[in-house]
Amino acid sequence: MTAAAAADKPKKLVIICYSGELEKTWATMILASTAGAMDMETTVFVTFWGLQTFVKDKKRITGENWMQKMMSFMQRPGASHRKLSKMNFMGMGPWMMFQLAKKYNVAKPKDLLEMAQAVGVTFLPCQMTMDMFGLKREDLIDGMGEPVGAATALQLMTEADSTLFI
Amino acid sequence: MANLDIKLKVDASGLSCPLPILKATQGIKTVESGQLIEVLATDPGSVKDFDAWSKATGNAMVEQDAADGKFRFVLRRK
Repeated sequence: MTAAAAADKPKKLVIICYSGELEKTWATMILASTAGAMDMETTVFVTFWGLQTFVKDKKRITGENWMQKMMSFMQRPGASHRKLSKMNFMGMGPWMMFQLAKKYNVAKPKDLLEMAQAVGVTFLPCQMTMDMFGLKREDLIDGMGEPVGAATALQLMTEADSTLFI
Repeated sequence: MANLDIKLKVDASGLSCPLPILKATQGIKTVESGQLIEVLATDPGSVKDFDAWSKATGNAMVEQDAADGKFRFVLRRK
């Protein structure tokens, strides 16, 4: 491969989106949207608590059995309903974060997620997490890829130029 | 400056990272290859960020200046 061809080959980024807290969701969305904007071939594998962020905002209770329903009731799913891991104070912390974001023109995770999708970032839901939380495809936001598992995530990671676990 | 044929102006003044980059990306996709866009920003980090973005995407930095806390970038779509 010539040097010019190597330079033209898009860089690959894989993010494992594992956490569901507001601060980590924000980091994932900033990096994913910017990577897409930089023409990096970006894939986000969404698993465990991270998948809660990708449930449609308007969904309140998800799951089939009482434990799954209880889990979604205790922590409301959706990109706009993330909690801070520290200083959440019944939602006061996130409320202040959003006020500050507005004041300083910082995009919210949900806006960044939409922009990431617009620049071609692929979001792949974890099938096992969907099963465990009783999530169906229609519970998740539109435009996500086919559900996959750990082997696909690892294969993507070994082929990537950079990988992140957030 | 006057002889540059700017096809699109993107005003990202007041916006925080990574919005200037994301707005520039949205903007540059609306012009043809070889055409110019001008981006205005006030985020001091955008100076290095646009340099990195330009290198990564191949959209060339044609002009760049700063005055009174305002930054201006002229970029040519690859």
